[in-house]
Amino acid sequence: MPAFPKKWLIVLLVLGVVVPLLQPVLPNLVSDYRLFLVSTMMIAAIAVLGLNLLTGFNGQISLGHGAFYAVGAYIAAILMDQANFPYWATLPFAAVLCFIVGYLFGLPALKLEGHYLALATFALALAVPQILKYKWLEGLTGGVQGIVLNKPEVPFGLPLSEDQWLYYYCFIVMVFLYWAASNILKSRSGRAMMAIRDYHIAADTMGIDTALYKTVTFGISAAYTGIAGALSASAIAFVAPDSFNFFLSIKFLIGLVVGGVGSLAGSLIGGVFYVLVDNSAQALSTFVKNDLGLQFDLSAYTVFGILLIVLMYLMPMGIAGGVYALIRSFRRAAPVSPERSAPAATRKPAQAGESH
Amino acid sequence: MNKTSRRTFVAGVSAAALLTGRSVAFAQKKYDDGASDTEIKIGHTNPYSGPASAYGVIGKTIQAYWKSVNEAGGINGRKVNFITYDDGYSPPKTVELVRQLVEQDKVLCTFNTLGTPTNTAIHKYMNQKKVPMLFVATGASKWGKPKEFPWTMGYQPDYHTEAVIYAKHLLANVKDAKIAVLMQNDDYGKDYWEGFKEGLGKEGNRVVKHVSYEVTDPTVDSQVIQLKDSGANVFFNIATPKFAAQAMRKAGDIGWKPVIYLNNVSSSVASTMKPAGFDNVQGVITAQYLMDPTDKQWADHPDMKMWTEWMKKSNPGASLDDASNVFAYSVSFLMHETLKKCGDNLTRENLMKQAANHQKLKVPLLLPGITVNTSPTDYYPVQAVQLSRFKGETWELFGDVMHAEST
Repeated sequence: MPAFPKKWLIVLLVLGVVVPLLQPVLPNLVSDYRLFLVSTMMIAAIAVLGLNLLTGFNGQISLGHGAFYAVGAYIAAILMDQANFPYWATLPFAAVLCFIVGYLFGLPALKLEGHYLALATFALALAVPQILKYKWLEGLTGGVQGIVLNKPEVPFGLPLSEDQWLYYYCFIVMVFLYWAASNILKSRSGRAMMAIRDYHIAADTMGIDTALYKTVTFGISAAYTGIAGALSASAIAFVAPDSFNFFLSIKFLIGLVVGGVGSLAGSLIGGVFYVLVDNSAQALSTFVKNDLGLQFDLSAYTVFGILLIVLMYLMPMGIAGGVYALIRSFRRAAPVSPERSAPAATRKPAQAGESH
Repeated sequence: MNKTSRRTFVAGVSAAALLTGRSVAFAQKKYDDGASDTEIKIGHTNPYSGPASAYGVIGKTIQAYWKSVNEAGGINGRKVNFITYDDGYSPPKTVELVRQLVEQDKVLCTFNTLGTPTNTAIHKYMNQKKVPMLFVATGASKWGKPKEFPWTMGYQPDYHTEAVIYAKHLLANVKDAKIAVLMQNDDYGKDYWEGFKEGLGKEGNRVVKHVSYEVTDPTVDSQVIQLKDSGANVFFNIATPKFAAQAMRKAGDIGWKPVIYLNNVSSSVASTMKPAGFDNVQGVITAQYLMDPTDKQWADHPDMKMWTEWMKKSNPGASLDDASNVFAYSVSFLMHETLKKCGDNLTRENLMKQAANHQKLKVPLLLPGITVNTSPTDYYPVQAVQLSRFKGETWELFGDVMHAEST
């Protein structure tokens, strides 16, 4: 049954470590720009993973994860800018503070279900960029001007380029966070989280402290997204309120749904999708206009929208779910209904996680 | 424009190159990434989507400009390959796209990248990579610092300087001024506000009321009422067209008749003055450097005629009322001239050298008397403005062209 066996995971990890080192051999293929792009994908994958823990594994919907991302980014930026922290030391602070913010936000969220929670989190996403501009905070946040930072420097005199190092930095953090997430999900707490998602009342009756689990999950989810934000502050070397408009939260959600709700591998795919499709949608829309000579002025978002609809139609369980269903049908197992492929997709990465 | 003469010129140059022998001609050609015998690659980012997508027209007009340049034979025989991406006004996206332009597409330079936060995000990177970042589209005052950032150059007069000019004019002309300020709460608003305070200097306490609004606010009515209640007799309006019009209309409606200073950003007759009601805006003062396409006094000016004709032919469907299209044309012309001056030496270093070497260059659609001047220590191409006062249905220029000294 394992569609994602250990050996694949090991191959992926080895590739992840080795490929950037091929830069001297294949300078065009493994360019600094591409490594930077992969780094942003990994950052997005962490943020989507954070959202997935909340939405995919605990059944709470958030339209406001851009807010936690912004808080993480600003904590990192302020620590680096005002307190001269090294970039790597900002991550635990961003994680802890975002956990607290997420936990506190999780408390009122207990009273809100479904759409209402979605709206409350949406309000958070709208409010945070405004709060960052607030005049009492301006001394710290730099107001609308934002904060200009330095890119992470290569440590220990390693013979790496800035972007190679950034890649490894993100890679190490991402692997660690995925390992942690898969362990959480395999544990008693993870099963409790999923039980709450699947049947809230039943979970309650079985003696699970649903309030505690829901708020703590909110906190963990916020911490993950906050770490992603802190990484992005280092990678982009600039933070400003304009970087965190509400569309960011929507994009995380798109990444989540497209990658696969309730799937760890899906979060990774979602992160890649988040960066790649945005760019290719634009390339495609200029291609249609200039090279095919069609006089439609298709905006990139139109193309993006069409792609999304097609994808949702072909793979309603997201790419991870879709690929898994494909593999199963190739193996001529029993026909998969979409409902049944979901928990399967969930189990798959948990198994992969055992390889650590 | 004299298309034929340029074509003849190019033909002449090629003939001369052939006659003098190929080896000689080639020896003088120098290229960096993005330039070759046939092509010059220029990169650009612009918010075609997202909250600032109103600026998207600038990118479209610039595209139309290079297309018409290419149709007329290009620059010194080279076609311009203009690569433009949508950054949605999001700084992280700009960083990603500009890195793509520089490292993958290998452009010679970027041109007119739009937005203050977005340009701030790539400022350091471009200067580390030593890639020219020319004529950025933002009015912030930090783009003309050749010492720290020798690869970055602005274009328009900065907001800060403009506000200093208003403050000085106000102190000289209004007796017992009590000033009320309405400000958009973002970097653009603050740049004006800082400049205004600097211009007032010791008289800073003349500001009796200072209120701000957010771009997302529906109206500024309540702000205007507060301003009126302060008893001010001068109103400095730092707002984008929609809000500027609302504010002046409201002031008229509630019978508040201060001396109004209006920022240049909102000086369009069609999008600010008319919606505000011509009755409410008589005597309003602003500073201008470009011709407003909706101002009737320019209708017969040769520059405006040429532009209108060009817009109809090469940029059909674009608005003839939108000052952004005038801006885009004029800044593209400056880039065009700069590239022409580089001749066959299309290195990044020479491009920067030529950009910092314009003397009294006449750029179409700048107000009469305003020219482009740059030098290795002066990275502000357009630094002059002229005050004008609204009369009837049009702006009336008065006083001299003022050269701001913000360096």
